[in-house]
Amino acid sequence: MTWETVIGIETHVELTTASKMFCGCPVDFGAPPNTNVCPVCLGLPGALPVVNGRAVEYAMTIGLALNCSIAPHSVFARKNYFYPDMPKNYQISQYDEPLCVAGHLDVDTDGEVARIGITRVHMEEDTGKSTHVGDGGRIQAASHSLLDFNRAGVPLMEIVSEPDLRSPEQARAFVAELRGVILRLGVSDAKLEEGSMRFDANVSLRPSGSTEFGTKVEVKNMNSLRSLQRALEHEVERQQALLDAGEPVVQETRHWNEDAGTTSGMRSKEEAFDYRYFPEPDLVPVEVDDAWRERVAGALPELPAQARARYASAGLDPVAADLVSRDPAAGTIFEEATAAGADAQTVANWLTGEVTALLRRQDLSLEQSGVTGAGLAELAEMVDDGRLSASAAKEVLAGVVAGEGNPESIAAERDLIQVSDVSALEPVVEEVLAANPDAVAKLHEGDGKVIGFLIGQVMRATGGKADPAAVTAILRGKSA
Amino acid sequence: MSDLADLSVGGAAAGLRAGEFTAVELLEAVHRRAAVTEAELHAYLTIDRDGAARAAVAADSALRAADDPGPLLGIPVALKDNMVTRGVETTCSSKILSGYRPPYDGTAVSRLRAGGAVIFGKTNLDEFAMGSSTENSAYGPTRNPWDPERVPGGSSGGSAAAVAAGSAMIAYGSDTGGSIRQPAALCGIVGVKPTYGLVSRYGLIAFASSLDQIGPLTRTVEDAVAALEVVGGHDPADSTSYPGSFPDMRSGLEAGVSGLRIGVVAELNGAGIDPAVQAAVDETVAGLERAGATVVPVSLPSVAYALSAYYLIAPAECSANLARFDGVRYGLRRHGETVEEMMSTTRGEGFGPEVTRRILLGTYALSAGYYDAFYGQAQRVRTLIIQDFADAYEQADVLVSPTSPTTAFPLGARTEDPLSMYLSDVCTIPSNMSGDPAISVPVGVDENGLPVGFQIMAPALGEPVMMRVAAEVERQAGFTARARLATSEVG
Repeated sequence: MTWETVIGIETHVELTTASKMFCGCPVDFGAPPNTNVCPVCLGLPGALPVVNGRAVEYAMTIGLALNCSIAPHSVFARKNYFYPDMPKNYQISQYDEPLCVAGHLDVDTDGEVARIGITRVHMEEDTGKSTHVGDGGRIQAASHSLLDFNRAGVPLMEIVSEPDLRSPEQARAFVAELRGVILRLGVSDAKLEEGSMRFDANVSLRPSGSTEFGTKVEVKNMNSLRSLQRALEHEVERQQALLDAGEPVVQETRHWNEDAGTTSGMRSKEEAFDYRYFPEPDLVPVEVDDAWRERVAGALPELPAQARARYASAGLDPVAADLVSRDPAAGTIFEEATAAGADAQTVANWLTGEVTALLRRQDLSLEQSGVTGAGLAELAEMVDDGRLSASAAKEVLAGVVAGEGNPESIAAERDLIQVSDVSALEPVVEEVLAANPDAVAKLHEGDGKVIGFLIGQVMRATGGKADPAAVTAILRGKSA
Repeated sequence: MSDLADLSVGGAAAGLRAGEFTAVELLEAVHRRAAVTEAELHAYLTIDRDGAARAAVAADSALRAADDPGPLLGIPVALKDNMVTRGVETTCSSKILSGYRPPYDGTAVSRLRAGGAVIFGKTNLDEFAMGSSTENSAYGPTRNPWDPERVPGGSSGGSAAAVAAGSAMIAYGSDTGGSIRQPAALCGIVGVKPTYGLVSRYGLIAFASSLDQIGPLTRTVEDAVAALEVVGGHDPADSTSYPGSFPDMRSGLEAGVSGLRIGVVAELNGAGIDPAVQAAVDETVAGLERAGATVVPVSLPSVAYALSAYYLIAPAECSANLARFDGVRYGLRRHGETVEEMMSTTRGEGFGPEVTRRILLGTYALSAGYYDAFYGQAQRVRTLIIQDFADAYEQADVLVSPTSPTTAFPLGARTEDPLSMYLSDVCTIPSNMSGDPAISVPVGVDENGLPVGFQIMAPALGEPVMMRVAAEVERQAGFTARARLATSEVG
């Protein structure tokens, strides 16, 4: 039997509002532990929450960007469960009346566009952070645990997709596109490794052609796009093996172990929490009138899909278009470089190629790298002029990232400028020809291969600084 | 009146400003009274001797500088021990919060400090305000100053007993189902549950958030107005705080009741009410009629279900509100091999039986598959009660009933039977369910010489008319009887 994969994704995004969801404490992820706290976010007895209007606006922004309807009246609820880093042992969230419902996001996987439903986008507060000391960081056998409540109360958006995704690859593309939307909106830094954007996936299999859902398994603890795809591929394989062997899939939550490349069971359906949701009596409903919604909708920036269409019509290839449309930093550099006169595809190639590779090797973000649109345009121009070879240009880029200055000065400093001036190269070529009469004879006989040898001799004589294209042109002139 | 501790707020305020005595002397008088009464009453869990002394000295400086923040300047005030006070132990009468010193003041407390009040101490209550007799305190019961063999009512029993005995000039409590009004009635003083949202709940340790309201316990209606004026009004830290301006409750106090319609609630009078209590209530209604009011019979059919609905909504909310007391961060902590075991052992030992009962009830009422039948149904009943009140206020300006079906009952009389204890609040719970204001005013005594409270209910923000009627009831009743422990023979 062939099986169809069914995946739905729940994404959590921490907002970069100035203050927390229900109090005035700053949202600042670098602060020393337990410094950005107050009675409200510590859940001290007697303290009460007050909704951060800016966070509501950010949530509306996300909802509108995902084509959701914005509820004119939405309600906060208490989600009850006990955990040491939950200050109140309930989380203020939204339940049956969320802020944003019934949207969609179009996802392009290798040219195939699928419309993925967005069930809801709702607001909640983040928990504190526990560090369990000993036994691999799990709470069960830790010798002790450290609690940091700086994160407690940070505005958290939960974005729930419909089970519309049909492959791990598409799930990955969905999250990448969603992350692009969030970054373009500027409402979160959406860092996967640091957990400001996190996701859980619900995975089930069903016989191809069936319209009923199979038993779903929730997979948690993926912290990169790659780990999402790997975890889902593993889970699909695991379920398929079970089903092929005639064994049932058990409804449960499974934990992805990145190092082992496998999932392990966390809790079964029977052990699942009963969250005992009820409306939060300390808060009044969130009322959004037409004027407010229209104002937020009117201020939406260009979204990745719009940017991608614009770039594609300008002739950019899809990989490059994806990068510059989803990553605002790349998009800004791209726009600046092309505005400075650089060729769009050339700049895009730099960004998707050497820049991405270099940053990955050095574990830097684009913002940290020192790469600018002007710098990239300069670099492209120098290559185009023949003053820099491809390999020298990479070296110059490394110099830019190392903070050594602009491309022009780095190239000069490192003595990387190519000689392409014919009047300067002509005497060198003459010398090489004079020293290699056999080769010259072959050249005149029309032996094309010998030209490479002669170019090599010129490069050696110039210490590698001759522009191969210019040398070739001179040699071709001589052979005619 | 010979003893400063027996003055009203108005009398004390006048004396302080006339230079007849100082705030320090006033505080000393209250200290002397408490030194005598506490041995028998146990109204206080904590007396903040140092903090009160500093506040009294500061009040005297302000008086000398004619820097007058208002009527509570220099007045010794008691706070129910579920109102958080910076640096002063706040326990909710629970072992689970033993030793807890909050790092902040609640809004009402801040406003009292800004108003120059002298916070004398923290009063006993039923654990987490759950109870009607102050017997559910982990630190022992409070007794009634009229008869120490009897309960003072609850849950604000410590506050009521202190005001009645003169060991506080006024006190604040919280009223979730009658916890201010019922002890006020049983102790022969005035108790007000304001409109929900009129006094900020910020800093009130929650029992049931949608029902809790802070209010004053005082010896006179005018004192209650002064006490409310200082703590009331909008607070941006409480999202459920009423955003409009604070109603004028003072200007109608002398206006009488001529032309007002007094609604006698059929369901809260007569059946189930102690005859002596009902007689005192009936006499009061007759007096209002003689004073020019029109008496009209009204019905609130849905209040028959108010108690049942209350005992689903309040426990449901408390099950979440009390979840934070888990041994992780403050108060009691018991060892466990796992986090779950530590939490459950701590909670099992830290909470008393009534609190445990309500947490279990509430947890059950919110459970998957039961939510709609219990919590959902209770909320629908609440909507009906609100509608009943709205209909009744079409016919009457205020509604009246006994505050409590009985006068003070002996200690231990109802502790074995939670349902009989719950019935103590049958007349007071409806106003919490509707969010409307209500006041209890003492109007007489029963055959045992125990005080009877008369309840006046008004529509939301109807405090002005409620106080107007209350002032008339107070004048007519001429209730001058004093609790045995407040009389000078004791001192």
